[in-house]
Amino acid sequence: MSEKTLYDKLWDRHVVRCDDSGTCLLYIDRHLVHEVTSPQAFEGLRLAGRQPWRPGANLAVPDHNVPTTDRSEGIADPLSRLRVETLDANCADFGITEFAMNDIRQGIVHIIGPEQGATLPGMTIVCGDSHTSTHGALGSLAFGIGTSEVEHALATQCIIQKKARNMLVSVDGQVGVGITAKDIMLAIIGKIGTAGGTGYVIEYAGDAIRALSMEGRMTVCNMSIEAGARAGMIAIDKKTIDYVKGRPYAPSGALWGKAKTDWQSLHSDSNAHYDRVVHLDADSIQPQVTWGTSPEMVVAVGDCVPDPATELDPVKREGMQAALAYMGLTANTPMTEIYPETVFIGSCTNGRIEDLRAVAEVVKGHKVAANIKRVLVVPGSGLVKQQAEAEGLDKIFKQAGFEWREPGCSMCLAMNDDRLSPQERCASTSNRNFEGRQGQGGRTHLVSPAMAAAVAIIGHFVDVRTLEV
Amino acid sequence: MQAFCRLNGLVAPLDRSNVDTDAIIPKQFLKSIKRTGFGPNLFDEWRYLDHGELGMDCSKRPLNPDFVLNQPRYQGAQILLARDNFGCGSSREHAPWAMFDYGFRVVIAPSFADIFANNCFKNGILPVVLPVEKVARLFAEVAPTVGYKLDVDLEKQQVTTPAGEVFEFAVDVFRKKCLLEGLDDISLTLQHVEEIKAFEARRKIEEPWLFSS
Ligand code: SF4
Repeated sequence: MSEKTLYDKLWDRHVVRCDDSGTCLLYIDRHLVHEVTSPQAFEGLRLAGRQPWRPGANLAVPDHNVPTTDRSEGIADPLSRLRVETLDANCADFGITEFAMNDIRQGIVHIIGPEQGATLPGMTIVCGDSHTSTHGALGSLAFGIGTSEVEHALATQCIIQKKARNMLVSVDGQVGVGITAKDIMLAIIGKIGTAGGTGYVIEYAGDAIRALSMEGRMTVCNMSIEAGARAGMIAIDKKTIDYVKGRPYAPSGALWGKAKTDWQSLHSDSNAHYDRVVHLDADSIQPQVTWGTSPEMVVAVGDCVPDPATELDPVKREGMQAALAYMGLTANTPMTEIYPETVFIGSCTNGRIEDLRAVAEVVKGHKVAANIKRVLVVPGSGLVKQQAEAEGLDKIFKQAGFEWREPGCSMCLAMNDDRLSPQERCASTSNRNFEGRQGQGGRTHLVSPAMAAAVAIIGHFVDVRTLEV
Repeated sequence: MQAFCRLNGLVAPLDRSNVDTDAIIPKQFLKSIKRTGFGPNLFDEWRYLDHGELGMDCSKRPLNPDFVLNQPRYQGAQILLARDNFGCGSSREHAPWAMFDYGFRVVIAPSFADIFANNCFKNGILPVVLPVEKVARLFAEVAPTVGYKLDVDLEKQQVTTPAGEVFEFAVDVFRKKCLLEGLDDISLTLQHVEEIKAFEARRKIEEPWLFSS
């Protein structure tokens, strides 16, 4: 069969060799590095006396451990500081480009890749981070790897992998006004489950996906891992090419023309075979809010907290009961009657400029609701921050009573000082509502930037489409 | 990497689905830049009643008596029995490092998250996928039987219960070989240096823009 999916094409282009069992060496075009998953890998290289195969293919940035408050005094927490300094030293020793903490280009690794043009269509991209799936939005094959594989990628410019299966998620028709990429993705996860994509690479297609901006597509691909998929991707179109053009690491001059012609061939053939196809009706997607401790525990904002008593599968029922207990919620409570105390806006899912614009649009001229203790706005990169300030978004946030921070992962995983206290309830634009993810005992509800903004000024979850702003 | 061939080991059941790697090893322990020493913090937030931080002496911390691994009958367990989608979430290899350090050599579940399973194979832990009904059966057998052990044989790809019942499992040929022999896959890949170089040279011609920076 000659008809191929985008994944088939990208895979075939990058296979160096395969053995009889189908285990292949896959060539890696871009390796992104951050401070959490790399020290043991660099140490491994050192112990074995190895050098990076192609230093220029790597790009490093500290993001998880950096403070989002004033950085002029460096990092106060000695353990976080050691991690970041270790990355600095490893990059210096091995000749790897790093955007260090105080570089304007510093930011969350999955934000800066596309922003710099270090992520290009048609590439294979790996990073010791599960949300590497983000980069698939540019029509690349991008997946998260463990630290042993980070070392392997550094040493050999390849990783060892077997081909995954193809899955198509088609979001048909157009979403209603006020429905964001985040709502689309949460609805997809709600439908297929957190293990629904296990063993697959997902290609997102359909009119609603095509209609998304590049940043919206990144939000969708970002959370592929929350659906269990090895990677997520979206075919290259004019938007992709326009987005990449002129970025610092993107090709220019004669090479640009060549690259562009090549990239235009990177889409699935019309009769390509998918092992699994899922359709969603875009029109039926409502604003989404998670109620539990797994991203699949999600409902429309107009719904109620589900009742475990209606679940027939005993393992699932117990999971729901445990989640409700952890979240401090009662079954059948309307989602709109849940009152968070904290709002977190940022992360590699929703820390880009369009996300901040969406927040500003909702909060402009309003103040933080009385029950909301704090609202953190953490831009995804230094350049996102700069752009937001140029547009005056920071003023809107500050006037509303929000905290405007320095770029990094921040409260998405609370490895720095930004974290929830036990039982503190948070509306978050991040990607994981796992127990303790945002701080031990913290309670996370995943939402879109617009919903997070609405919670900040109204005080509870609300259908953003009904707001008069 | 330590090889894994065969094990007759005590089984501990962890009866939850979607156990994520944040739960297996919470983020505060990711600040260690070592590969070892994570065992005492495995499942930290479930295992202890207080909040754990890196560098604390875990032997002095209050244990959560309700957490399964704290029950005396499961001390020394080498096989973890788990539910669907075990190891989902973050790609942190600290999760299998912590499991190995604690003493687990095998995890049995109906399904695993992709990156986690991969990380296990690279660290001497065998993830065994069994059908959901078989896993449910094992859960039912473990609970009433103190000292319940399973025999896990990677060579034969079999799990054998104390009653002699045999469950076959599938495993990737390459990963099996690496685990049986404790092979370092970087050395294996570097046997193909010439092929990688030739491939790279071809790519430089076909997609030169990937090599311009
Ligand atoms: S923002 Fe969150 S999910 Fe994204 S890379 Fe940072 S910690 Fe991971």
